[in-house]
Amino acid sequence: MIAGLSPNTQWVLFSTLILGMAAGLIGCLAYWKRQSLMSDALSHAALPGVVIAFALLGFKSIPGMIAGAAVSALLGFLFIQWIQSSSKIKEDTAMGIILSIFFGLGMMLLSIVNRTAGGGQSGLDSFIFGQAASMTGKDVRTMSALALAVIAAVAIGFKEWKLFLFDSDFARGLGLSGKLMNGIYMTLLILVIVIGIQAVGVILMSALLIIPPVSARYWTQSFKRMLILSALFGGGAGAAGTWISTLGKGWPTGPFIVVVSSSLFLISLVFGFQKGWLAKWRHVQAHKRQAAEPLRQNARKEESAV
Amino acid sequence: MSDLVVAGLSASYRQNKVLHDVSFRVQPGTLTAIVGPNGAGKSTLLKVMLGLHPRLSGEVSFWGAPFAQVKTRIGYVPQRGSVDWDFPTDALDVVTMGLYGKVGWLRRPKAAHREQAMAALEKMGMAGYARRQISQLSGGQQQRVFLARALVQNSDLYFLDEPLAGVDAATETAIMTTLRLLKEQGKTVMVVHHDLHTVEEYFDHVLLLNRTVVAHGGTAEAFTKDQVYRAYGGALRWTGGA
Repeated sequence: MIAGLSPNTQWVLFSTLILGMAAGLIGCLAYWKRQSLMSDALSHAALPGVVIAFALLGFKSIPGMIAGAAVSALLGFLFIQWIQSSSKIKEDTAMGIILSIFFGLGMMLLSIVNRTAGGGQSGLDSFIFGQAASMTGKDVRTMSALALAVIAAVAIGFKEWKLFLFDSDFARGLGLSGKLMNGIYMTLLILVIVIGIQAVGVILMSALLIIPPVSARYWTQSFKRMLILSALFGGGAGAAGTWISTLGKGWPTGPFIVVVSSSLFLISLVFGFQKGWLAKWRHVQAHKRQAAEPLRQNARKEESAV
Repeated sequence: MSDLVVAGLSASYRQNKVLHDVSFRVQPGTLTAIVGPNGAGKSTLLKVMLGLHPRLSGEVSFWGAPFAQVKTRIGYVPQRGSVDWDFPTDALDVVTMGLYGKVGWLRRPKAAHREQAMAALEKMGMAGYARRQISQLSGGQQQRVFLARALVQNSDLYFLDEPLAGVDAATETAIMTTLRLLKEQGKTVMVVHHDLHTVEEYFDHVLLLNRTVVAHGGTAEAFTKDQVYRAYGGALRWTGGA
């Protein structure tokens, strides 16, 4: 099945697999920072940067657009922080404001650029829902290398991430700077978003960042295994979604990744060993049996007495 | 020499000044209760001393040096509610975190580190719960895990934020026995404490705080009816001795 695909498609599959794994790992960090929605807000906030970079350069340059997306997402993040610190508006509201303003601005710019000469054929639309098949060999190599770097950053600092996420005050007492860890976390998050938007799109990037860690949580009570599972779910969804999208001409990648990712979530929700419905139901049944045992014994005694 | 000198410390929390001109010295080998009404700035005082919260003015020095130079000699037990106990890890793993500074950044803990952590759990009567998920521990057991994590740090000075809040009697006894033992080993312990009934029984020094220091010294001198009334602004029924 895989062997029958063109070499370029095989590379694209490989890169979305690595991207999904990186997103699954960073999503886990976001999950325990209670900032899952932040990843969604920042991926939407990346759109105007992508469009502006294209408009300025006049052609589709991946490094240029990654830089644009990074600046734009970072601006979005700073605005979210600024709204919170200078008003009584809560974080989720601030994220909602920035998400819609930046995305609206991005769509507006996109429609303007698409009307200008050359813009229509630019393939910029693929940045909204993702078009993995449109990636060139060079895009694929850049994306894979950056995603591998993200995976390495999480793996090398595993112990530090765990400490920082569980108890950041205690971590600071031990000399692990919260500012440094936050800075690295934001850098990794923005990096994953900007390398993912071409393949998955700005709207659905959050499917790779939010759904895999939530699914992994149902299976395990260990942070390490949660990271590994989340990476596997993310990678699996990335690769499988991309493969399905290559079956039809011009099919977008993002929606299929979401479908695969959500299916994995549903399976986890029902069958997850630790927190799945089935595991919980069994737990309750075992308790009921235990609680009912003395009653049954009493009943038997009474019967024999009669 | 004093272990800890705080001079003219001020700090604010969300635009409200919660600490104003706080000054005191703490001698080695003492067990001090930090006592005061809600909002008196007790937790903030700990956080400011440990550099976790910014200060507006004033100086804090440990053994004559700033915190950054001596942080490995200082242990901190935050309030139990300050972390998410649903985090997927077990008791032994949390205690091992206390050794991360000694393990070295980006290195993995070794068997020897886990043995040390296990010994600390044993001291707190928690050896049987080493591999238990922290979400499945009772409040008192969680507090004991936190204290065990501080013990493995083998610090000279300990700060504990409300370690006895909402714990069972067995945990309260276990914690106080451990703190007295630390004191006997010549270590210095400061505890944010909320239960006025037990101050005289548990502590040899008291720091009465209400945004500034109301009284500080040996329990007999500082923890008197008048001083406590001043700290609490009269909103209190006196149940102590003197």
